[in-house]
Amino acid sequence: MTTGQHLPVAAMSRLAWRNLWRNHRRTLIMLLAIAVGVWAMIFMTALMRGMVDQMIEDGIDMLPGMVQVHHPDYLDDPSIENSMPEPAPKLLQALASPEVKGWTSRVRVPAMISSERDSRGVTLLGVNPQGEYALGFNPDSLVEGRFLESPDDTGLVIGRKLLERLETDLGKRVVVMSQDPENNVADRGFRIVGVYEAKLASLEEVYIYTGLKTVQGLLGLEGMISEVSVTGEDYRDVDALLARIGGANDGTLEVLPWMEIDSYLGIMMGVMDGFVLVWIIVIFLALSFGLVNTLMMAVFERIREIGLMQALGMKPSAIMYLFLLESLMLLALGLLLGNLLAIASIRPLEGGLDISAVAEGMEMMGVSSVLYPALKLRDLLLANVVVIVLGVLTSLLPAWRASQYRPVEAIAKT
Amino acid sequence: MSEIKCLDLCKNYQQGDAVIKALDHVSLDIGHGSFICLSGPSGSGKTTLLNMIGGLDTLDSGEIEIDGQRVDLLSKGPLADLRLHCIGFVFQAYNLIPVLTAQENVEFVMQVQGVPAKERKAKSLDILREVGLDGMENRRPSQLSGGQQQRVAVARAIVSQPKLVLADEPTANLDSESAKQLMELFHELNESHGATFLISTHDERVMRYAKRLIKMQDGRIIEDTAQEHG
Repeated sequence: MTTGQHLPVAAMSRLAWRNLWRNHRRTLIMLLAIAVGVWAMIFMTALMRGMVDQMIEDGIDMLPGMVQVHHPDYLDDPSIENSMPEPAPKLLQALASPEVKGWTSRVRVPAMISSERDSRGVTLLGVNPQGEYALGFNPDSLVEGRFLESPDDTGLVIGRKLLERLETDLGKRVVVMSQDPENNVADRGFRIVGVYEAKLASLEEVYIYTGLKTVQGLLGLEGMISEVSVTGEDYRDVDALLARIGGANDGTLEVLPWMEIDSYLGIMMGVMDGFVLVWIIVIFLALSFGLVNTLMMAVFERIREIGLMQALGMKPSAIMYLFLLESLMLLALGLLLGNLLAIASIRPLEGGLDISAVAEGMEMMGVSSVLYPALKLRDLLLANVVVIVLGVLTSLLPAWRASQYRPVEAIAKT
Repeated sequence: MSEIKCLDLCKNYQQGDAVIKALDHVSLDIGHGSFICLSGPSGSGKTTLLNMIGGLDTLDSGEIEIDGQRVDLLSKGPLADLRLHCIGFVFQAYNLIPVLTAQENVEFVMQVQGVPAKERKAKSLDILREVGLDGMENRRPSQLSGGQQQRVAVARAIVSQPKLVLADEPTANLDSESAKQLMELFHELNESHGATFLISTHDERVMRYAKRLIKMQDGRIIEDTAQEHG
């Protein structure tokens, strides 16, 4: 294939490739710089993505669920008055659809827990254990005792931190106090049957679990719940899930995705996407100086050759194309090396990177002490596309410069 | 009918405050198949005249026609077309693309012209054989002597059978024997291919090969004589 006075693509590529290796050392140094830059783009993005993913996923676990169904006033006033009925058949049918990975019904009320030593304000969760497992509850988080066995279970599962604050222990009794719909105090004694550890230690002081029906009985809420929590496959893509659940809503309830329930989490995702792009561009800008310098040097070293090619009938556009092709080859090689380097360094860390030395600080940001780098295809593609597109744009200046020499001046250069 | 017509060519260069008259009202007609040497001291305007005819530089005033086409009115693209299809160049030095082999250098112009690979290969091997470089087609310029490099450049200049070959001091960097061989080669190619050769030189031995000798001085033609090939 030829285009006017351009060399065929194969011949042009051969010429560009050989030109690239005329100065081995310079090409290798530039190649290394691109590879390290690309590695830094992808590796740091994977770490940050992993950290933010974890924050969002932990946040979604706390909500819990990617989509929730509530009484329309529940989010403004999460009191017992704004409860909703247990799922109707139409909603149950939607909850059985393929988009739904798991779901559960919960009662969630503010409460006070008292041991013989201390009292604490907590959130009492009446749960269906099977639903919690389906929603992603990790049995390994239980460090002592057992988790609840049924919605009728009268045992209490609390966090390790809370256990320490209350100076109580597994098997001991505590009193949990809340308010029923008539604003009367409702309380009862619970035996601690399980102790859990959360990824974020602060959560261990907040949530206590008992059976759904036990809480309904305590508060006089038979048939009523606070929320239906639904989870899907990917928190980034909840549109189908939302449509399915929303379609089953008769208008008396509110169906919301996680990013609207917790706008901070939603913003985090948007900020992270923007930050990744900025990070990649910043690294590229540092790289671009080296790239432009390398190409400018290549142009200056070959001015007479450029003149010769023009004298032989090559058009300025073909000369520009030749230098762009050299740049493209350099970028492609650098990208290949950088990608391989990044994948090779991220894969072994996917089991988790212990950052417990700085975990206290990280917890304030809502991140646990183990980071799981997340290598996403879209981030990989973004880094590659940015480097190629901006790299070619950056190379336009030296390539254009090469094409603008007057043949007579170029040939006369010494 | 003339192949090349130069009419009242003028070209000045600024050098500091001084204006150098590189071409000073030069007029010249060159017929098909001519073998012309432009001679004269350095700065006499030989190279400038070649550059103007080859479309490598622009005139201040005057007209150049090649086969009825006004070269001085052409823009960059059509000028590149003209050089590609009608003109072969041989320079004093740095004639070859260093990363290409002798054969690839010869094929370069044909590749740009879009000549099919098979034809290119056959033509390039033939012409390399013709200029005495049989067996050296895979050598890079750095593996060839100065004379051999000039032969490759000559092969490249004539392989696509241009109407005109412009050679700017082609023997300047060659020893006597290589210079003689190169001029004999030019002469043979002029006879066999019928291309017009316009060669700038101040080498007396080269001038002997010219059928027409044009002497220049201070940007002017001071003598234009036909001569027998010595």
